[in-house]
Amino acid sequence: MPAQTLYDKLWSSHVVSAEDDGTTLLYIDRHLVHEVTSPQAFEGLRLAGRSLWRASSILATADHNVPTTAVKEIADPVSRLQVSTLDDNCSRLGITEFAMGDRRQGIVHVIGPEQGATLPGMTVVCGDSHTSTHGAFAALAMGIGTSEVEHVMATQCLISRKARSMLVRVDGALGPGVTAKDIALAVIGVIGTAGGTGHAIEFGGSAIRGLSMEGRMTVCNMAIEAGARNGLVAVDDTTIEYLRGRPYSPDDSEWQAAVAVWRELHSDAGAGFDRVVEIDAATIEPQVTWGTSPEMVSPVGGRVPDPAAESDPVRRQGMEKALAYMGLRANMPITEITIDKVFIGSCTNSRIEDLRAAAAVVRGRHVAASVRLAMVVPGSGLVKAAAEAEGLDRVFMAAGFEWRNPGCSMCLGMNDDRLAPGERCASTSNRNFEGRQGAGGRTHLLSPQMAAAAAIAGHFVDVRTLAA
Amino acid sequence: MQKFEVHQGLVVPLDRANVDTDAIIPKQFLKSIQRSGFGPNLFDAWRYLDEGRPGQDCATRPLNPDFVLNQPRYAGASVLLARENFGCGSSREHAPWALEDYGFRVVIAPSFADIFFGNCFKNGVLPIVLPAASVDALFRAVEAQPGYRLTVDLPAQKVRLPDGSEFAFDIDNFRKYCLVEGLDDIGLTLRQADRIRAFESARRTAQPWLFKEGAR
Ligand code: SF4
Repeated sequence: MPAQTLYDKLWSSHVVSAEDDGTTLLYIDRHLVHEVTSPQAFEGLRLAGRSLWRASSILATADHNVPTTAVKEIADPVSRLQVSTLDDNCSRLGITEFAMGDRRQGIVHVIGPEQGATLPGMTVVCGDSHTSTHGAFAALAMGIGTSEVEHVMATQCLISRKARSMLVRVDGALGPGVTAKDIALAVIGVIGTAGGTGHAIEFGGSAIRGLSMEGRMTVCNMAIEAGARNGLVAVDDTTIEYLRGRPYSPDDSEWQAAVAVWRELHSDAGAGFDRVVEIDAATIEPQVTWGTSPEMVSPVGGRVPDPAAESDPVRRQGMEKALAYMGLRANMPITEITIDKVFIGSCTNSRIEDLRAAAAVVRGRHVAASVRLAMVVPGSGLVKAAAEAEGLDRVFMAAGFEWRNPGCSMCLGMNDDRLAPGERCASTSNRNFEGRQGAGGRTHLLSPQMAAAAAIAGHFVDVRTLAA
Repeated sequence: MQKFEVHQGLVVPLDRANVDTDAIIPKQFLKSIQRSGFGPNLFDAWRYLDEGRPGQDCATRPLNPDFVLNQPRYAGASVLLARENFGCGSSREHAPWALEDYGFRVVIAPSFADIFFGNCFKNGVLPIVLPAASVDALFRAVEAQPGYRLTVDLPAQKVRLPDGSEFAFDIDNFRKYCLVEGLDDIGLTLRQADRIRAFESARRTAQPWLFKEGAR
């Protein structure tokens, strides 16, 4: 058999049928569901008189609209209806749901892996583009639209076409203070937000091997910001250790057999990729975005670029629009940009490791007086409980951060957490699009460590230069 | 789903790259549990001068006169001309729902984000990829000539220009078939239910842990 990529193996093991033109019916093992992209799918099923193919493949939670303060009920009636519609659909159809108030509730991409519901070798779908996160487990995971959510509910299959393959190899050692988030942003800075379009990206190399599962999830989470529907990382001991003993993980009696299958989930030596991008980990510095697309990114020691120096007219116009929206001057040092709010959270960076890293920066310090709000939003109820057991909540609160309940929160501001027009935010989320965190709000993406350091300084600062 | 065969319509140029789905339909409108009614909020933050809220009457809101959709010469456009990486960002199908509800049947761009591209087909909106040079030429032509219309012939896979010239485009056979026939692909897939069941039971035997039921 010719050498196969990890993507080839995952793809071929799920093909139910394929047409000559490449249109393929792919079997789906796990379907994650949240309240925003599912109501029309449930309604479509009901109107067509169709039933769910396999209810036990679905794990649902409410995350986008849930309040992060201690209220019991959602104040906004439109949000409340969306969440209660999910509750009703799940109870009517026998779907497991971690509803508001369940201690396992959280951001869908945090709870899937946390429960062991994302396993190596699976196909995982969710009506959410950041489903790419789950590829960190060598699962073929992809975001789908609501029509496809309905299709998977009814048929347990997705109609798809095989993508091209890309290997992003990050070799070498990351410098101190440089994280998985910086790898992700640096990769997007190199290949652009459309660089991965039509591709499945496998992340490899010694720097990726050296990341924890949390870090690998951060990198795969951002694959979609590079245009790729899937991010992938091969299985190794780190993957297997993470999965031991989780609620949906294989029972003891099946564990050895499962591990034997999982050990095959890597690209074979000599497997060919359509494109290979190589990055030296040692050259990656802490990153901060300055514009309204994740590819508009700079090392923290850099300056806001000058559109006048850009020769491509469409790009130049894009930069001018971005600087006007962001309220920034060309050539100003990134470290001179002052911030109003800090958001540590989202499916990119709200796991326990992220909170530990941010807490280590803020411990014994205080949020700058000029910062109006600094908030930490754990990715799930279980992350929150784990952080509290370690005392991280007290570290954050002593430093002047608000310690909130789990949810998507200010990643996109569908609940009450959002930026006011013109407010500038240091955010650990994944999208800096216009209005993403609130109409007129200005988002700068960066790592949890860098967000914590910005909170303390009141402006962007190289976390490596904060005095110990 | 509405069938798509030959469509002729007025073209509106949206001259910016990387138009994301947050821009196409901002998040506050995703709270709806309906599939329709998103058209008035298409490109909301660019189209209106105030901040849009769900459920508001958009007819009384102040329009942004600089936004291309608001210019009288483009009223009633059904073909959207765009730049590269159109539809990047979130998977929200609300984006094609909003385009369709507004009246767009065709989006032409040099490239599209993958998920958005697929979502369009499910909603009777045809996304067409043309080479950057052809898209450039169309931008120049549309801006130069008020009332510029294109004819999109899906069965022939051609975009016809008013001067009689044409651009060919590619499309998957399956997607073309579903669009031309206005077909529901769930029904088509369910014709293969036996194969799906056979695949599933073989998988359950080989890797039973994939079918474990979690704690309720
Ligand atoms: S945290 Fe943000 S990116 Fe992640 S699922 Fe929620 S809204 Fe989407």
